[in-house]
Amino acid sequence: MAEPTIDAGAGPVALRTSPLAHLEARMRAAAVTGARGVRLAEWPFITMVNLRVAPDSEAADRIEKTLGAPLPRQCGQTAVSGSHTLLWLGPDEWLVVSPAGGTSVAAELREALAGDPGSAVDVSANRTTLELSGAAARQVLEKGCPLDLHPRAFGPGRAVSTTVGPVAVLLWQVDEAPTYRLFPRSSFADYLARWLIDAMSEYRAPALP
Amino acid sequence: MLLITCPWCGPRDEAEYHYGGQAHVPYPGNTADLTDEEWAAYVFYRDNPKGPFAERWMHGTGCRRWFNVLRDTTTYEVLAAYRLDEPRPALPQAGGNR
Repeated sequence: MAEPTIDAGAGPVALRTSPLAHLEARMRAAAVTGARGVRLAEWPFITMVNLRVAPDSEAADRIEKTLGAPLPRQCGQTAVSGSHTLLWLGPDEWLVVSPAGGTSVAAELREALAGDPGSAVDVSANRTTLELSGAAARQVLEKGCPLDLHPRAFGPGRAVSTTVGPVAVLLWQVDEAPTYRLFPRSSFADYLARWLIDAMSEYRAPALP
Repeated sequence: MLLITCPWCGPRDEAEYHYGGQAHVPYPGNTADLTDEEWAAYVFYRDNPKGPFAERWMHGTGCRRWFNVLRDTTTYEVLAAYRLDEPRPALPQAGGNR
């Protein structure tokens, strides 16, 4: 059955407000520079497509050809293809992350599915993206994340679903800086941003011996 | 805090999971013929063993998949975690050197 689709290109895109637009100034003011630097910013309106397909099916082969990259098969793995990044969500579930404005991804994936069991749904409005970067970024996250984020266990190109504080997020480490991208549900983003701003504040002061 | 190994995501905190009660409770095949007592036994009555117990868990903040866990109800030791399409594993040496 055809699901209702929203043509974002034709809609009043200029009128939309990101979930953290009201905290933009506070996030910028919370930035810490220096040896214990850490910055927080929102990357609004990133295109996210939730993809579900059996990993060993022909439809998955066609989708891998369309995306130009193999679907990650294990928890934590990601794959990059051009401007798309594929994040593992489950054994038959992925999140395709593309820059804002990439509205054709879901349609291309649906075409590749060609009616086989599976789904490709644009969920861009489901989550927003927070970018936490700087030398102290890992220490900030470790205040509330039960995962081992030490480089021996976690590194660039890894993405896992977990919790930061009480908020469920998809946590993706982008580079060695370290830079992390956190994908909380839009409705939890306000709480998570305030939680992170609070957690960042101690790094203004010099480290205690 | 229990440390449960999700078959897909690896070891994670108990807080990431949701409990789902006893595992391996088959849906009755002859639903039209069941008496009220038999329905009650299926819907409400569960084992309450002291020792290894097979139960369902769901990795809510991770892959969101259901799977089964063998847990010792006395020591809370997680003896095994296995997918729904795998048979209940033969009991490993439970409880170490007890």
